[in-house]
Amino acid sequence: MLSFLIRRLLQTIPTVLAVVLLVFVLFSVVPGSIASTISDDVDPQVELRLKQQLGLNDPIHVRFGKYIARLATGDFGTSFRTREPVTSMIAKRAWPTLQLIFTAMAFSVLLGVPLGFIAALRPGGLVDTAAMIVAVTGLSIAKFWLGLMIMYVFALKLGWLPSFGYGDGSLKYLLLPALTLGVSPMALFARTTRAAVLEIMTADFVRTARSKGMSETRVVKWHVMRNALVIILTTVGLQFGGLMGQAVVVEKLFSWPGIGSLLVDSVLQRDIPAVQGSILMVVLAFLAINLLVDVLYGVIDPRIRYA
Amino acid sequence: MIKSLIGIPALMGDHMMFRMTVIVAAMALALAGSAQAQTPRKGGTIRMTAPYGSSFTSLDIHTTQRAQDEIYAKALHRSLYTWDSAEGKPVPELAKEVVVSGGGLVQTFKLRDDAYFHNGRKMTADDLIWTYNRIMDGTKAYPGARYVRIIEGAAAVEKGQAKEISGLKKIDDFTLEMKLTEKVDPGFYFFTALTSIYPADEGAKDSFIQHPIGLGPFKFVEHVPGSRIVLERWEKFYKPGKPYADKVIVSIMGEAAARDVAFRNKEIDTSVLGPAQYVAYLADPNLKDTIVDVAEVFTRYMGMNPSFKPFADKRVRQAINYAIDSDLIINKLVKGKAYRATSWLPLTSPAYDKTMKPYPYDPAKAKQLLTDAGYPSGFEFEWTTSQNESWGLPIVSAVIPMLDKVGIKVKVKQVETAVLAEVVRTGDYQAFIYSQQSGPDPLAALKCFHSSTPQPACNYMNFRNPDFDKILDEAGQTDDSAKRNQLLQKANAFLYEEAPVWFFNYNKAVMAVQPWLHGIQKNPTELTHQNTEELWVDDTSPAK
Repeated sequence: MLSFLIRRLLQTIPTVLAVVLLVFVLFSVVPGSIASTISDDVDPQVELRLKQQLGLNDPIHVRFGKYIARLATGDFGTSFRTREPVTSMIAKRAWPTLQLIFTAMAFSVLLGVPLGFIAALRPGGLVDTAAMIVAVTGLSIAKFWLGLMIMYVFALKLGWLPSFGYGDGSLKYLLLPALTLGVSPMALFARTTRAAVLEIMTADFVRTARSKGMSETRVVKWHVMRNALVIILTTVGLQFGGLMGQAVVVEKLFSWPGIGSLLVDSVLQRDIPAVQGSILMVVLAFLAINLLVDVLYGVIDPRIRYA
Repeated sequence: MIKSLIGIPALMGDHMMFRMTVIVAAMALALAGSAQAQTPRKGGTIRMTAPYGSSFTSLDIHTTQRAQDEIYAKALHRSLYTWDSAEGKPVPELAKEVVVSGGGLVQTFKLRDDAYFHNGRKMTADDLIWTYNRIMDGTKAYPGARYVRIIEGAAAVEKGQAKEISGLKKIDDFTLEMKLTEKVDPGFYFFTALTSIYPADEGAKDSFIQHPIGLGPFKFVEHVPGSRIVLERWEKFYKPGKPYADKVIVSIMGEAAARDVAFRNKEIDTSVLGPAQYVAYLADPNLKDTIVDVAEVFTRYMGMNPSFKPFADKRVRQAINYAIDSDLIINKLVKGKAYRATSWLPLTSPAYDKTMKPYPYDPAKAKQLLTDAGYPSGFEFEWTTSQNESWGLPIVSAVIPMLDKVGIKVKVKQVETAVLAEVVRTGDYQAFIYSQQSGPDPLAALKCFHSSTPQPACNYMNFRNPDFDKILDEAGQTDDSAKRNQLLQKANAFLYEEAPVWFFNYNKAVMAVQPWLHGIQKNPTELTHQNTEELWVDDTSPAK
């Protein structure tokens, strides 16, 4: 297991480097510069000096080399806009984003997986039809519109929860954005679970278990559920990455202080170090989750061994 | 007679008497209530919103020129001057007295001796000198440098040729002498938060950016990046009895629809409205009275590059102004949330000429001018635009068929706002649509068209006309304010005739304000920038 972990960690290095290079090249070719966003009236000499100071006049390969060297020491650079270390900016935003994503994920798994299971146990029945209508609707609705509707119903009409903000970071502020973010993966998990369970139900080992006289509850619990979990887990792992991207819209809508809103503002203002740092954090988080998923495969399914 | 008088109540009957008594009592109560409503209440929380993005740029207000950041900075910091919305001009804030000498070039400020920073230290002239020197640090490119440059020797500091601004002299702890490079009203240069006074030395510490210290009516408590800033009353604020509120919370709410829900849900006290919401609020009897609007000092226009051959001809530029039905666009597309522009200076400018009429919609005249200019079949140009709903792609899309009617074809080039800013500064365009500050100082606003103003500064159309320069130079030299105003009006009329731009509109800033929040100032420089010490909430506010 240890050698597997080390090998997987080493495999992440080229992925991270590729992402860093891609972002670097993209922001070197897109028009617009930080100088335009700092001031409408910068003295040309000052602008030149500023660009020199920020290293913006160096050739791209020199800048990239310097950036990688700094990155190797854990230094993400200094924000052009706020003049704060990027690591400290990300640190302030990381917890709210994690809170949001994990709550949304918990909601979507806890609701979506049982829904898919129940639907698969009676395919074509009333529950299945209703569950699939919910799932397709959940997948089709735009996050922005859904968020507004959720705000309208739960904050304005029912008055149960605040419509925006982080407050003290407690659950009452977290629920609406997490619900908005969680509906789409919940729908996806419901559909994936249903499809996985339906497929496993017709597998040979399930038929064998039934023919041995095993009760239906035991068949579902020990054979169907466990095998379906591997597929569900893969989907959950992949969805974490998707949620990080979708969180941008939700964070902005609910004034939630996460990495997503930092990323949007940094892109708009051409704050390259902050953009690179934010994207890198998202990539690292995504890789970490997927590594965790790989490890969990072995726990769920003893047949999977990491040689 | 006496009898009859005494007899009146009897004639009226007891019931009538009771009704009158009730009416009189009710009127007295109403009057008392009204007096009470007008008496500012101490305490409560003011919940403002910052609508221009998903975060504040920095807690170091010297580093950012975004309107978003000045919303909180108006509560936290103070500059040498402040904008007085009632007077419509900047007034001294940190100075009790200003003496002008040296032919208008030397300003001597007698500073307040009762202004304390939030760390308890008294402000002195050293803090002003330190602050202005900091802003001129050329290695940092602070945006406020454009204002401080008006002090003699400031540009040398910016270029690294001097260590200190030579035009600043401390006479004593509370007297500061400032020598200017031009005869201008320094109030227009030193009222924004970009020139906020920091405590000398403490302002340079790394901790300052995490926990800023100012002179404003509220001191810093907490910043949740991307969500809010919380400030609380500064007890040693120099204006007696102010501020009224205990706390100010500025929530970042970039999404108009989310602000709308929060406002209706009474979670926020102010909300900036876009065109669609403006119409909805006007139509809603419960919300229409919450609307506060003001003509802001921003002019929306299409800039034309004179190096693109057709636009070098004044007649072509005028033809474009005649060819576009601006009123139709303002009414139908911008939903009336703008004022028609006549020339460059906006409605709230002291030099605005009310007798001036905008270019009328006259496609026949436009066609004639194009023919006279040698373009009877029109021409094609590239129009660079952002997606902005009030001065971007939707407006361009509406204009295209109007120009097409007179033979002018448009090729749209859509870019991001950050890119547009770069395009405009570098002159890399044939035409662009933009919103540019055109006040509050009319002289400074018109100077953007002076030949000596470089294109990247604000002369985006690279306008060069010696006759215009002459009028403006004369306006800058005269001490007679009436004559100056007259000359500025003349310069503005000159621009109308030269038509370097399509004069589209002046922004009508609209904000919804909850009925319990009082003291809102109609600030034409930016409606969201409020002197928070003037604001107060009555006891109907849900945020006690």
